[in-house]
Amino acid sequence: MEAPAISEAAAPGAPFPRCLAIVPAFQERDAIAQVIADIRAHSPVDIVVIDDGSGDGTAAEAVRAGARVITLPFNLGIGSAVQTGYMAAQEGDFDVAIQVDGDGQHPAAEIGKLVTALGESGADIAIGSRFVGERHYRPTFARRVGIAVFARVVSAICGTRITDSTSGFRAGNRRAIALFAAAYPHDYPEVEAVIIAHRAGLRIVEVPVQMRTRQAGRSSITPVRSAYYMLKVLLAVAMLMLRRPVKLPEGS
Amino acid sequence: MIVATALLLFVLELVRRRRLQERYSVLWLATGLTVLILAAWPALLARIADVLGIVTPANALFVVALGFFLAVMLHFSLVISRLSEQSNRLAQRLAMLEERVGPAPRKADRE
Repeated sequence: MEAPAISEAAAPGAPFPRCLAIVPAFQERDAIAQVIADIRAHSPVDIVVIDDGSGDGTAAEAVRAGARVITLPFNLGIGSAVQTGYMAAQEGDFDVAIQVDGDGQHPAAEIGKLVTALGESGADIAIGSRFVGERHYRPTFARRVGIAVFARVVSAICGTRITDSTSGFRAGNRRAIALFAAAYPHDYPEVEAVIIAHRAGLRIVEVPVQMRTRQAGRSSITPVRSAYYMLKVLLAVAMLMLRRPVKLPEGS
Repeated sequence: MIVATALLLFVLELVRRRRLQERYSVLWLATGLTVLILAAWPALLARIADVLGIVTPANALFVVALGFFLAVMLHFSLVISRLSEQSNRLAQRLAMLEERVGPAPRKADRE
């Protein structure tokens, strides 16, 4: 990336926004150091690891790798961990927050693409999608069905094509940071978060990215849980539509 | 009737010892009172059974009691949801404060 290095307190209107990479990690002791090193190597962003009560040395490993670490006292789940990251981004007055999974499936090389997309499109959120542009990712059949259903539902609600609403690789501007710090879903949050954002009046774009397979650990989504995942998310989305939209907090 | 009285006394005793907060005892007390009244006043029970179209009055008692138990359990679910929301926020705030204040001597990972 050709962006200049970021000083501790960049002036507002600096050429490259002050970015915080939010890295939620639950029992990613073996992957976390590499993830941090990757982000460092590719982007001039600050990094905060949210250790979601791992208890396996993930936090210590992340500290050793030189990252700032917020350790939750017990396991809260991915949604609350990510939200903690947005709270930190808000507190630190960052311009942009980027979610990067602690398991290494999100390529740090693509972070710049997300941040640039925010600036160029004027959107509030940029989602790294595996399904626009070149396709390298071939999910299993069951997963394809699920993803297709979500894509339909979310695209219909948002009135724009969102192919990969389950992607947790995304960047958001100050408006997104303020919104998500105040309201973020708990478990399996990605799809719901998109809809919450849309209903709060935020604009969302998708950016083609390539994701890798996991470097270590295992996915939180096992085949057994997939059905529950679908049901839970669809129910949650239905409920979201029945509720009044979450408003963007004042002054953001 | 004995069971209903025992339930009432037990709940009151729990409240007296501050093991149970008043606000959470209300539904239990209502349950106990209703069952007590119905047990002491079979004619009322028979009327309810009649209105509900239940042949055996005893079954009407079960239906009423079941309704109360469902109410109590739903109430619990509501309370639990609220508590977990609150503890969630507390944990997030605590984690951020701990990070800022600097860890009091502690292991990075506790379990």
